[in-house]
Amino acid sequence: MAEFFNEYIFGDGPWSWLGYVIAALIACILIIHVVAVGAMGFIWLERKVAGRIQDRLGPTRVGGKFGWLQTLADGIKLIAKEDLTPDVADRFLFKIAPYVAFAASFSAFIALPFADGVVANHVNTAVFFVLAVLGLEVFGVILAGYGSGSKWSLFGAMREAAQVVSYEVPLGMCVVVPVFLCGTMNLTTIGNMQEGFITNWLVFNDPFTFVIAIVYFTCATASVNRAPFDLAEAESELVAGFHTEYSGLRWSLFFMAEYGSMFLVSGLAVILFFGGSNGPIPVGDWLANLLGGVEGSIGANLPSLGAITVGVIGVANFIFKGAIGVTVMIWIRWTFPRLRIDQVMAMCLKYCVPIAAFCFVGAVGWEVLDLPTPNNLDEKSRYEYHEKWSQEYLKTQRESVPTENDTHVQQAVPAEAIVTTVAVSQSDLDVNGGKQ
Amino acid sequence: MELMAVAWAYWHQFFFIIFAGSAVGFGCGVLISQNIVRMAFYLVLSLGSTAGLFFLAGAEFVGAMQLMIYVGGTMVLLIFGVMLTAQKDFVNMKTHTHDWILATVVGGSLLMVLLFAAFGSEDWRSPQDPTDAHIVDTKAATPLGLALTGVRVDKLDDPNDKLNQGKSGYLMPFIIISVHLLVVLIGAAYMARTKKLSHATGLRSSRARLSVFKMEDEDEVLEEEKYVVLRKDKRATNPLDTNGNSTDNPDNTDED
Repeated sequence: MAEFFNEYIFGDGPWSWLGYVIAALIACILIIHVVAVGAMGFIWLERKVAGRIQDRLGPTRVGGKFGWLQTLADGIKLIAKEDLTPDVADRFLFKIAPYVAFAASFSAFIALPFADGVVANHVNTAVFFVLAVLGLEVFGVILAGYGSGSKWSLFGAMREAAQVVSYEVPLGMCVVVPVFLCGTMNLTTIGNMQEGFITNWLVFNDPFTFVIAIVYFTCATASVNRAPFDLAEAESELVAGFHTEYSGLRWSLFFMAEYGSMFLVSGLAVILFFGGSNGPIPVGDWLANLLGGVEGSIGANLPSLGAITVGVIGVANFIFKGAIGVTVMIWIRWTFPRLRIDQVMAMCLKYCVPIAAFCFVGAVGWEVLDLPTPNNLDEKSRYEYHEKWSQEYLKTQRESVPTENDTHVQQAVPAEAIVTTVAVSQSDLDVNGGKQ
Repeated sequence: MELMAVAWAYWHQFFFIIFAGSAVGFGCGVLISQNIVRMAFYLVLSLGSTAGLFFLAGAEFVGAMQLMIYVGGTMVLLIFGVMLTAQKDFVNMKTHTHDWILATVVGGSLLMVLLFAAFGSEDWRSPQDPTDAHIVDTKAATPLGLALTGVRVDKLDDPNDKLNQGKSGYLMPFIIISVHLLVVLIGAAYMARTKKLSHATGLRSSRARLSVFKMEDEDEVLEEEKYVVLRKDKRATNPLDTNGNSTDNPDNTDED
């Protein structure tokens, strides 16, 4: 994007540095909007869903028929509130903790692709990066719990720390499965590999990935501290947990961080298991073909009309699916009772970890034995250029690996190359060889 | 394009200075601060800045690893340990003069070694435009995994005969680290176990001294009571509590 600005506005002259600043600012502002405006939307949604589940109406008055400006009214109230700091608090840590939590939730979005090429920064090991940064959010919570100088806060923070550290284990195991199915940790590539019809989504790859997707969602719910795993703020026992002493804007920062990470883990689930930016039916690709084909993604300098169509539809798909994930979390919150701390730990260590480990082995076995997946059950009936993408992708990658060295990493294999290799080498497909 | 590369190099240096400065600054913060939780906080920021340096250099895997292992895991565990063990004497630590001297000697000698290593290296490369090499899609997982098991797929064509036969992988460090972690795990389990045993025997001996004055059948009853007490104590004693003294810290009993 910086090159785009420099090419068309600033030129190669002394102002060329401005292009980089503007490009970075645009990315930052967009991500902040995802977190902040997304939080507004999801808080409204949470109130509405909670109301409906409890046989109420939820907010109805502010902003028209559905009360959809309720969160804005809440925000104005929060800004107007006094920013209290307890006497015994460690002032510095108390004041900085909400920003730590928010920054961790915010910076994980840097590597999250919203569509092919629509990502703030291409990180090759994006899965790993997102998980690593997501784990940092708990640090803000711990600082808040310690800095408040309150026993309730400290207990809440310790519970959250124990819970998040435990649930990182099954979460990592779940994430590994799509990574080895696709052979990459690049989220953009993982998303692109699920192009085509809904059967190409990794969740339907085999029964084990289906179970793994559910386990992932459970662990993700726990790792962002949503009910039924929200012991850190169990109001019946701990007043409000780690944010007992917070008020006003700082408190709302915690909430923005919470809703931001909810959307983040939902988005990660969407990319890893539910097709990324691809809809159940490849409408975007059909439209793009009608409009003259895709040449270059939307991140390139001059995207074509088809590429823009694919990008916009992809982003809409991604956000819609991510919002569905958040809605499911809300739904779970208002229908399940809260677990006790021992039940939370038992859930993690006795159920999630063994199931994830078993499904991991099962998914590996499924691939090694070349058992049928929806990708290669019936080759005629699906969108033509993504059959057997995993085997073919690995095969083409393997051919290109020994010829190139580390610094000049392999080029992306275009879809056309996969088509030709499918057509040529349909018969001599050596799956086990393709793995190495 | 050349100008653009220059502009990129400019930003590279800009961010390098920011990250390096914050890493050093927060490192000094760890030294100067006396509150142990603030120390942990500064240490996290320092390590995070180091991760930023890795990202800046294009070593994304190492950067994410740094975040995951050091910043995430170690810091959370450190804070666990700090918060559960720290009594009032340890939360605010004052470094003694002899500690300062010892630390200066050790740290200074390490700094000298590192400086020699850093300036002895001749072929530092200047920052490169990462758009050509790193943003293009790479299948990073397989080469990384193979490298950890000893095969460097990117070194197969290396002209150096000793490097191109899969001898330059990371199998040895991987195994060493694995064994190290195993030792740490066993050691942790052993320490937790022995502490509980010593705690139990201590209680038993004190009870035994009391039971001298009791009748035999009462002693049986006491034995059962003792087990109840023991189990309660075990539950109340946190394994991270190195004092092994649960009565000092009644807050822990509510935790579980």
